[in-house]
Amino acid sequence: MEETPGSLALENVAVGALNAVSFSVAPGEVVCLSGPSGVGKSRLLRAVADIEAHQGAIRLAGEAQSSMPAHQWRRRVVMVPADSQWWFDTVAGHFDGDLPEDDLAALGFGPEVAGWSVSRLSTGERQRLALLRAMVLEPGVLLLDEPTSNLDAERARATERWLLDRIEARRMAVLWVAHDAEQIARVARRHVRLVDHGMEVVRECD
Amino acid sequence: MNVIDLAWWKLALTAGLVLLLAVTIHLGRLGMTRSLLVAAVRTVVQLSLIGLVLEALFAVGSPVWVLLMALVMLLVAGREVMARQGRRLRGPWAFGLGTGAMFVSSFTVTVFLLAVVIGPRPWYEPQYAIPLLGMILGNAMTGIALSLDRLTEAVWRQRAVIESRLMLGQTWRQAVGDIRRDAMRSGMMPSINAMAAAGIVSLPGMMTGQILAGSPPGVAVKYQIMVMFAITVGSGFGSVMAVAWGSRRLFDERERLRLDRLTS
Repeated sequence: MEETPGSLALENVAVGALNAVSFSVAPGEVVCLSGPSGVGKSRLLRAVADIEAHQGAIRLAGEAQSSMPAHQWRRRVVMVPADSQWWFDTVAGHFDGDLPEDDLAALGFGPEVAGWSVSRLSTGERQRLALLRAMVLEPGVLLLDEPTSNLDAERARATERWLLDRIEARRMAVLWVAHDAEQIARVARRHVRLVDHGMEVVRECD
Repeated sequence: MNVIDLAWWKLALTAGLVLLLAVTIHLGRLGMTRSLLVAAVRTVVQLSLIGLVLEALFAVGSPVWVLLMALVMLLVAGREVMARQGRRLRGPWAFGLGTGAMFVSSFTVTVFLLAVVIGPRPWYEPQYAIPLLGMILGNAMTGIALSLDRLTEAVWRQRAVIESRLMLGQTWRQAVGDIRRDAMRSGMMPSINAMAAAGIVSLPGMMTGQILAGSPPGVAVKYQIMVMFAITVGSGFGSVMAVAWGSRRLFDERERLRLDRLTS
């Protein structure tokens, strides 16, 4: 498989029941992952983030995952899990600096959200803020596990547009787990479907 | 300084009081007559046995036997630390971790007290060594058991949070930082509280015993202060070590949370 410089490459990755998963994601590209539930989509993302033990080689811009300390890898390859977790009292506690106002506006928040208590956030609000929390780290790779699953259709579209805009601007390589065929068509040029024990590439670049 | 020895029949009088309590409990249907009697019998048997052991030990006074006794105490305490944990590390770690932390902290503090502070001759004089080690070890045991239990329980409950923090590029130390601090604190709280309440709320048992045995209160107080410091230091450093080693073991070389290393 050809590799663009700076891309994320998976080579014969095996985790759980999945075997021999190989593909690469170029900078600025979104690749969607789909497949029946339980096939191992989330586990594959966890393997790419090196949160879960796995076989095979994973490289970013030619550098092997195993060649750098795990936390350094994860600073460059950030995963946003389907259920976001919050551990401080306020939203701002989870961000190092200020929350960028233009991003907040695009996600439907005012600047006052920083002072909000996490316990009063709805599931959808948490999901959007978790995306922003990962985005402000400016990673090279973003791993999104159903990033709009808790949002209504309109909000989901707005969040999608914001994600695609930032991905394009920052040239991130993105793996995006999605179920909705329309969403996949909207966001991804390529789509990898995971099947029992392996994968098939559904759609190459248009 | 004469101590009034207690005749066995006089001890039997106090046992009579316990029996009286047992009868009351039985009539009141409180349903713990049995456990009261079993516990009372255990006290008599266990303490009589340790009395015999100590008498023999003091008579011999050889360092080998003192060391052997100290080892037995350490191993029993190590087993107890392991037994008190809801979720423990798999394999030899469960026993090794608590025992190792107790060994390093309690033995260091005890040897320091014996060799530098009290200075009996020889320094391993069992009359000093064994009771001191017993008190320090017993408290370190409580502290280490509490802190390890707190650590494994909190990590188990907050695994999603810990993994989320790892996913954001935090090191394993950052991801469990709060939990580690909490666990260390809970291991130190009992001895800190005991120091704060000493003499006001409670007269510590060791001091009371020494005064009953005829020591001037001034001397007993100095010993008590020394022992409380030693207990705090022993359980404090013990908890810090146990939590530091234990939390390290919960992550692998790729800084992944490894809950499979805990029993469920």
